[in-house]
Amino acid sequence: MPSQRRTLAQKLWDAHVVRSAPGEPDLLFVDLHLVHEVTSPQAFEGLRLAGRHVRRPDLTVATMDHNVPTRGGVRAADELSRKQMEVLAENCREEGIPLHRIGSRRQGIVHVIGPELGLTQPGMLIVCGDSHTSTHGAFGALAFGIGTSEVELVLATQCLPQKRQGDIAVTVEGELPLGVVAKDIVLSLIGRTGTSAGQGHLVEYRGSTIRRLSMEGRMTICNMSIEWGAKAGMIAPDETTFKYLEGKPHAPLGAEWEPALDYWRSLVTDDGAAFDSEISVDASTLEPHVTWGTTPAQVVPVTGRVPMPRSETDERALRYMDLLPGTALADIAIDRVFIGSCTNARLEDLRAAAGVIQGRHVHPKVRAMVVPGSTTVKREAEDEGLDIVFKAAGFEWRNAGCSMCLGMNPDILAPGERCASTSNRNFEGRQGSGGRTHLMSPPMAAAAAITGHLVDVRELM
Amino acid sequence: MEPVKRVSGRMAPLDLADVDTDQIIPKQFLKRIERTGYGPFLFYDWRARGGFVLDKPEYAGASVLVAGANFGCGSSREHAPWALRDFGFKAIIATSFADIFRANCYKTGLIVLTLPDSQVRHLIDLAAEDPTAQVTVDLEAQQVRGDGFAYRFEIDPFARHCLLEGLDEIGLVECHDSDIAAYEKHRAAWLPTVK
Repeated sequence: MPSQRRTLAQKLWDAHVVRSAPGEPDLLFVDLHLVHEVTSPQAFEGLRLAGRHVRRPDLTVATMDHNVPTRGGVRAADELSRKQMEVLAENCREEGIPLHRIGSRRQGIVHVIGPELGLTQPGMLIVCGDSHTSTHGAFGALAFGIGTSEVELVLATQCLPQKRQGDIAVTVEGELPLGVVAKDIVLSLIGRTGTSAGQGHLVEYRGSTIRRLSMEGRMTICNMSIEWGAKAGMIAPDETTFKYLEGKPHAPLGAEWEPALDYWRSLVTDDGAAFDSEISVDASTLEPHVTWGTTPAQVVPVTGRVPMPRSETDERALRYMDLLPGTALADIAIDRVFIGSCTNARLEDLRAAAGVIQGRHVHPKVRAMVVPGSTTVKREAEDEGLDIVFKAAGFEWRNAGCSMCLGMNPDILAPGERCASTSNRNFEGRQGSGGRTHLMSPPMAAAAAITGHLVDVRELM
Repeated sequence: MEPVKRVSGRMAPLDLADVDTDQIIPKQFLKRIERTGYGPFLFYDWRARGGFVLDKPEYAGASVLVAGANFGCGSSREHAPWALRDFGFKAIIATSFADIFRANCYKTGLIVLTLPDSQVRHLIDLAAEDPTAQVTVDLEAQQVRGDGFAYRFEIDPFARHCLLEGLDEIGLVECHDSDIAAYEKHRAAWLPTVK
């Protein structure tokens, strides 16, 4: 049985155990299963071949995001993408799953629409066939990515067998300096921990700095938990969380709101509960961060230089990125800017980027684009005139989708092109074969668009 | 799923850390809706550059891949283990694996196991020096052995059991239907549903 003093993660886990038996993984109940077009077709096909059906279509929500076009209407550029979206629509129709199809009012990146629809709530267990499902942990939910076979298992049973995980606490204290945002917290953290320190662990981000972050900032941090290997990242819900949720389409209403609140308030790590390991971060000393290599852990403050290689992995990254050790980050010219992705394409992110861009113009050698995280974000941004700011500055203003974060649609880098990107992965070829990615925050990417090179956004403030 | 008890064959060395699933199977091949046929696209971009280790004739037909730390990091795409399987690999040895990738491999019937740095280094060096070297990955005995060495490995007991018996995990979970139904009855009323 659980000990009396439990971490947030342990409470969330315990609340979802359907069955526990010695020598077996716990069987966990899934409150919300998010589905998209890329990792689900084989799962639905598996169900069909076995004569099975979706157990809880009422706890399953689908969207089209990974390979949707972001301009020129709803028709995908290539036959395979079209087919994949048609197959998702057909599967959802057959199984009675609500689908936010391309062109509809609520379509968007799966990890953006879950929260904005109020489907993501504290205390829930949320899975999706996508590694950035950890995003939803920002609400005090247990949320993690799964593979296609597990998607099939959850479709069929609404459950998932899972081995218990360890607990890590990341405590962030101190005032964030001007120009330093949530993305910089998580990038600097990954730079410290490396790419795999979180393996087999559920991470709780806590401390006064985290408490002061908006839900958008919290989502950015939880989103990138997977980039240091964590199974999930989470933040205890608080007044910021409740305020965000109140009035959202699927949030508890009327008589259900108070009991929900009472339960949500219990979702905190008990005083004295033990973590397997703890990491402390002093936010007051942080600077804006930029990746120089091909893993998110290859990252330095923008005021720094490309480091000397310390491993074969570093040497490989330098070759791929066509960079020399000792080069000042600010001397690296860029060709493209991508403001988008499930990490940084929410309204607050677009506002922060627009704040830097206002009254300025994109460098003549740079092609820059904004891809809102959802159709709702796009609409809200347009309502406050952000699209005008971006377009006047020379940015392309696109429709919602995953877009150039992973380049499954036509939004890709050409070989050799260098991109300042607000996304989550700088892997080789991630944004297009031969493309080179530097990860950073939305204000930093906006500043790079203006100057044509990597630059400390504080110089433009 | 077919039971998997042991794999015997030659090794291919991939002496790299942080090999992510974007490298194992680039995104342009995720648009297919089939579960098989990914072998030709394995490490597509790296192979396109020429001279990639898996394309060397001496490693053709290797069934055990040996790699560095954090193999399979990044995207949750199960297409990565599908591509490794379709290419002909039946087991992967590394110093560590990303969690989702490891789970996906088990579901695909691939044995994935970790060994300490020194033992992985030995296997990579051995495969590099003698591509004909034979190795057996014995899941029952939890042992990797070859000429003059036998390394014990630890593996999640339940995953091992499922691989050895070739169990259908959905069928296993369906056996607990009454537990699931009981849990469903007591879920909080405010939890969101979509209709």
